[in-house]
Amino acid sequence: MKYIDDTVVMKRMKSRLKYNSIWKMIFLIATTLALLTLVILLVRIVTQGSGYLNWDFFNNFGSRFPEKAGIKAALIGSVLLMLIIAPVSMILGVGTAIYLEEYAKKNKFTSFIQMNISNLAGVPSIVFGLLGLTIFVRMLVLGKSLLAAGFTMSLLILPVIIVASQEAIRAVPKEQREASYGMGATKWQTITRVVLPAAIPGILTGSILALSRAVGETAPLVVLGIPVILQFLPDGLLSQFTTLPLQIYDWAKRPQEAFQYVASAGIIVLMILLVIMNSIAIFIRNKFQKRY
Amino acid sequence: MASQGLGKEQSIQEMVAQSRNRKGKKFIEKLMPIILIITALISVLTTIGIVFTLIFETFEFFQRVSITDYLFGREWLPFSGSEPLYGVLPLILGTLKVSVIAACVAVPLGIAAAIYLSEYASDKTRRTIKPILEVLAGVPTIVYGFFALTFVTPLLQELIPSLKIFNALSPGIVVGIMILPMIASLSEDAMSSVPNSIREGALALGATKLEVSIKVVLPAALSGIIASVVLAVSRAIGETMIVSLAGGATPTFDFNVTGSIQTMTAYIVQVSSGDAGYGTTIYYSIYAVGFTLFVFTLIMNLLAQYISKRFREEY
Repeated sequence: MKYIDDTVVMKRMKSRLKYNSIWKMIFLIATTLALLTLVILLVRIVTQGSGYLNWDFFNNFGSRFPEKAGIKAALIGSVLLMLIIAPVSMILGVGTAIYLEEYAKKNKFTSFIQMNISNLAGVPSIVFGLLGLTIFVRMLVLGKSLLAAGFTMSLLILPVIIVASQEAIRAVPKEQREASYGMGATKWQTITRVVLPAAIPGILTGSILALSRAVGETAPLVVLGIPVILQFLPDGLLSQFTTLPLQIYDWAKRPQEAFQYVASAGIIVLMILLVIMNSIAIFIRNKFQKRY
Repeated sequence: MASQGLGKEQSIQEMVAQSRNRKGKKFIEKLMPIILIITALISVLTTIGIVFTLIFETFEFFQRVSITDYLFGREWLPFSGSEPLYGVLPLILGTLKVSVIAACVAVPLGIAAAIYLSEYASDKTRRTIKPILEVLAGVPTIVYGFFALTFVTPLLQELIPSLKIFNALSPGIVVGIMILPMIASLSEDAMSSVPNSIREGALALGATKLEVSIKVVLPAALSGIIASVVLAVSRAIGETMIVSLAGGATPTFDFNVTGSIQTMTAYIVQVSSGDAGYGTTIYYSIYAVGFTLFVFTLIMNLLAQYISKRFREEY
């Protein structure tokens, strides 16, 4: 004896199943739409800019004439800026993460610091520019220099590095620390010889990703008043400089159409730089990260 | 023999004691926590620095311009020589126009993509699409700005002939594309954390996948989804380069999206890239605008935190 009449069920289910497949298509289209924009964006920039990518483009300084415009000062400026941001933000970020994970007691002060970090992560980057303009450029009289910009950008990506480092340190199992204490190691020895070596891949991955965000960032540098076109290379920490996104911003603003192509070429260089950094981060994550 | 063994034991104890008392080591054990707490305080100092910088310079601004004129004025004309007007409403409206358009683009698409990834897609598809979304999230905003100005605006002008070169629509759509991965990714996380047993319960009662997604998973993950939307909108409000490049520099107090606008962030960029001298009213005005922006985003971020804590479903 059958308790359920299949034909009735099918009849009732039919429209519901139809809705299901229709909406599945809609969800799929929505997802591919996002991916499609990425493809359009990349294709358009590569077709526009690749014609301008040649040796002269890398070897020339900024110029009023599109065919003479180059990216030398901007590229070197971006790399130098990175060399300042990386140590400053990592020392501060990893230090904070070690303190919060290994030393801090669970009290109001600790949760205040934690809350402060998550709110800092949501502050718009342009506000960090205003902070840098007042504190570093004016109060500490660093001027519109590599150092002032490096400090500003370090503070900007600090929350990201702290959170990534905290997660990496938290992932090191407790047993390893206890084993280390059991062998007679002190707290600091345990941190430097057991916890940090295990956590370093995660810390590096997070830091490189944060650094790549800083490399692509424009707004705070504009607020600091960093010049967009420079005819010389920076020669010291207090020297003036310019970066790739700033240079692209300047080209994109210009009304002559030829500068659009120059801007596209600049974007290609910037994107390649970011792809390299992201690949290194992913390589470190896949190669060295241990799962416990 | 026994005394020898005892002697050895003593020497080990001595070694331990010696090592414990070594001066340098003790010093480092005491010093490091202090250094680390100083690094941790830098992040607190940063917040204090931001708040005090903004408050002091804004206070200076309000010495010259009255607060009521600033908060309720409907005209923002800081550069009109003799009679500059500092009414912030047009800038706020410009920001809101862009953010609302961005939300209209990103919220439906982002949640739809999240439903697809979490409920329909196979593991393999999810593992390919999620990294691509991360790439989309990692594209610098200056690139999106260039894209808006040189691709989206001309495209839209084909459809809407009255559209100006600088408008609210094009940067709004592109900001939407920029925040889409954030909504998709965070909402997907929220939906994936809904336990499978609930899904299976609904499926066993005869629900289709769509009904499970809409009537079971979506409500269960709602707090996470709303928090992701609020965070994304806060990001849209603070977005700078896209609106500076494609939005224009004429703050207007109307609801027209086809004409040139100016957002709070774009005004700060406009003043910074020009040469408004230090100490002028215009110079202080960027701090007042920055403070307004900061308050907006802070409220949104606190709201997101509150929603995700208060309304979280625990399983």
